[in-house]
Amino acid sequence: MNVMYFAWVRERIGVPSEEVTTGAVTVADLVAELSAREERYAAAFADVTALRVAVDQELTTFDAPLAGAHEVAFFPPMTGG
Amino acid sequence: MAVVVQAESFDAGAELNAFSDGAGVGAVVSFTGVVRDTDGTLAVMEIEHYPGMTERAIAGIVDDAMARWALMDALVIHRHGTLLAGDPIMMVATKSAHRADAFAAADFLMDYLKSRAPFWKKETTADGSAWVDAKDADEDALARW
Repeated sequence: MNVMYFAWVRERIGVPSEEVTTGAVTVADLVAELSAREERYAAAFADVTALRVAVDQELTTFDAPLAGAHEVAFFPPMTGG
Repeated sequence: MAVVVQAESFDAGAELNAFSDGAGVGAVVSFTGVVRDTDGTLAVMEIEHYPGMTERAIAGIVDDAMARWALMDALVIHRHGTLLAGDPIMMVATKSAHRADAFAAADFLMDYLKSRAPFWKKETTADGSAWVDAKDADEDALARW
């Protein structure tokens, strides 16, 4: 699936998006898998309460299932307007 | 309804005039957000967004407003990219037969655009760059609705 990062999450991880092959069942599983991979992920995901997640461009929660998902995006709380 | 997400600037007055036409319109409410230079030190403001989700999220918010109030139309323009102090960032306009619907819907749209449309602001001053933190008050404002 395509995993995307925005704002300081993107800066901390160092790429705007990447293809990730994963068997993660939920968003939280994917976060754990990425965090175990490299320090830059662990640093970005250290406090997930400071993050928001969208699956296939819909805001959701970290316990959301990933079955059939094509795109997952992680970002800080939005500051539009 | 129109949702416009663009890097280019826009003329809020011209947009408002064009939007205000229509049979039976009795009230038009608009809000324009402008890049604020609180301390006189802002060099640039960069606005990042999530192409695709941005348009979809805003359209969903506008749909909610149209379902909730008796609106004849709604307009949302939101910019991304590099902006300077005083530049228009975004604009919301609503129109209805009576003012209460137009006012309430514009207020609702602004509250939701702040916290539910995927934009992130970064300010650069002589001291460096920093992402603007979301305010608890902005999240709390959603509970009003």
